[in-house]
Amino acid sequence: MKVLVPVKRVIDYNVKARVKPDQTGVDLANVKMSMNPFCEIAVEEAVRLREKGVATEVVAVSIGPQQASETLRTALAMGADRAILVQTTEDLEPLAVAKVLKAIIGEESPDLVIMGKQAIDGDNNATGQMLATLLDWPQATFASALEVSGKKAKVTREVDGGLQTLEIDLPGIVTADLRLNEPRYASLPNIMKAKKKELAVNELASLGVDTAPRLKVVKVTEPPKRAGGVKVETAADLVSKLKTEAGVL
Amino acid sequence: MAVLVIADHDNATLKDNTEKTVTAALKLSSDIDILVAGKGAKGVADAAAKITGVRKVLLAESAELGEGLAESMEALVVPLMANYDAVLTPATSQGKNFSPRIAAKLDVAQISEIVDVIDADTFVRPIYAGNALETIKSSDAKKVITVRPTVFKAAADGGSAKVETIPAPAAPAKTHFVDQKLVKSARPELSGAKIVVSGGRAMGSAEEFQKVIEPLADKLGAAVGASRAAVDAGYAPNDYQVGQTGKVVAPELYIAIGISGAIQHLAGMKDSKVIVAINKDADAPIFQVADYGLVADYKTAVPELMAALTAAGK
Repeated sequence: MKVLVPVKRVIDYNVKARVKPDQTGVDLANVKMSMNPFCEIAVEEAVRLREKGVATEVVAVSIGPQQASETLRTALAMGADRAILVQTTEDLEPLAVAKVLKAIIGEESPDLVIMGKQAIDGDNNATGQMLATLLDWPQATFASALEVSGKKAKVTREVDGGLQTLEIDLPGIVTADLRLNEPRYASLPNIMKAKKKELAVNELASLGVDTAPRLKVVKVTEPPKRAGGVKVETAADLVSKLKTEAGVL
Repeated sequence: MAVLVIADHDNATLKDNTEKTVTAALKLSSDIDILVAGKGAKGVADAAAKITGVRKVLLAESAELGEGLAESMEALVVPLMANYDAVLTPATSQGKNFSPRIAAKLDVAQISEIVDVIDADTFVRPIYAGNALETIKSSDAKKVITVRPTVFKAAADGGSAKVETIPAPAAPAKTHFVDQKLVKSARPELSGAKIVVSGGRAMGSAEEFQKVIEPLADKLGAAVGASRAAVDAGYAPNDYQVGQTGKVVAPELYIAIGISGAIQHLAGMKDSKVIVAINKDADAPIFQVADYGLVADYKTAVPELMAALTAAGK
């Protein structure tokens, strides 16, 4: 069974995004970039399936600038077998990403796609669902547990108020939520080994996919700041302030 | 323009995320219909028909719609879109599951989790965990939008729209519902509660979380929340999680206990009207957003708070 894992290079999880003074976007110059945390979870899950002998090959795919090859090397160091970079300097919207992934899937024919439920930059939470729709494959989003047996996957999903379990016929799309697993750190020997693994580079234009943006960014602004509050000395002070000053009790 | 709002419900009751999404829809148009898709959901449709400003309510019922299968929701909504210029869905986990499918099928962008409507094509949405707000203009003829319900006031009741039953689509062939385990609670629902009491990693154990956070929540009639750290450590169930990747809440009063205030947690609660933080670390980032900060160990502060609330007649 072949598993395909799309991964995205984004601002590092621990870095606070700052809006550019000209309001054209978020300042990413000289900012630490990493693999999107949900994509890391997806890679980990695919590698675990490989280690259990359920999957025979794990292919990581990224769409982005040349530096996205570093993100793919991370996936290879975690245990993916090979990687594909679709190189572009354009910032693609989820629909365009789904169309590009569909084209790659047409060439690779994986049995299962595991991907993060959302990227922490655009916060759209849409690409996996769109890809499933374009392929007419079943989807199981927000997975907190995944069990693959034969041509079926049983997926526990995090839903409002609890958990839902679905069974999907493969090939299918699973999107990873936070509690699916805890991703490993790549060891130094594995990082060295990853340098020798295959990383194919395709130019986006060569795929012939319509990636024209549908949304125009008018401006990007900082959210209104909360005014600084006050410190109270005791719990009794707190209750009296909440009652009389804030009026919320 | 005509707008379709997809109702949020659990087949038994209509959730106020629906009324809030209607308020967002009213900024686009006055021709608003509501779709109730479920099973045994006639009562939900009747409740939706009472929302002021609603033209009519469409009701579709099948087992798969009742289970909320994304494939079924898409198959139901896409043909309806011949009659609408926009579809608005509350950005709940259910809405996020199916809405992008509608967009993909219509070959349009999804405009995710809007917090404001500027005009019929232009919307504001948070990005980067709410650290930036993006104003975007859509060039698509039809708009597929999810709405962050906490920022919109609920539309009032007072209407009397008619309920029209429409056929449900065939069951999806490749997705099968196995089961659903929902946490039953007498407390208000986290996303709509007026008061939220949240606990963090400082609790140290699930027992401590239950002993400290839950009685305080019950005294205040509040919902219980948790930081990602507390959920990851198993102190609280996953649906308690407040943050970028959990629930976004905006109650009248948010009380954060033993929560340091990581960026992703702040993204889920910083629109609360009044924020209280109790933490023994005076430098914890949570104090930067708190209206009232109490630098104290929760072990002594929470019992004192309980006593002070009792003394104040709570």
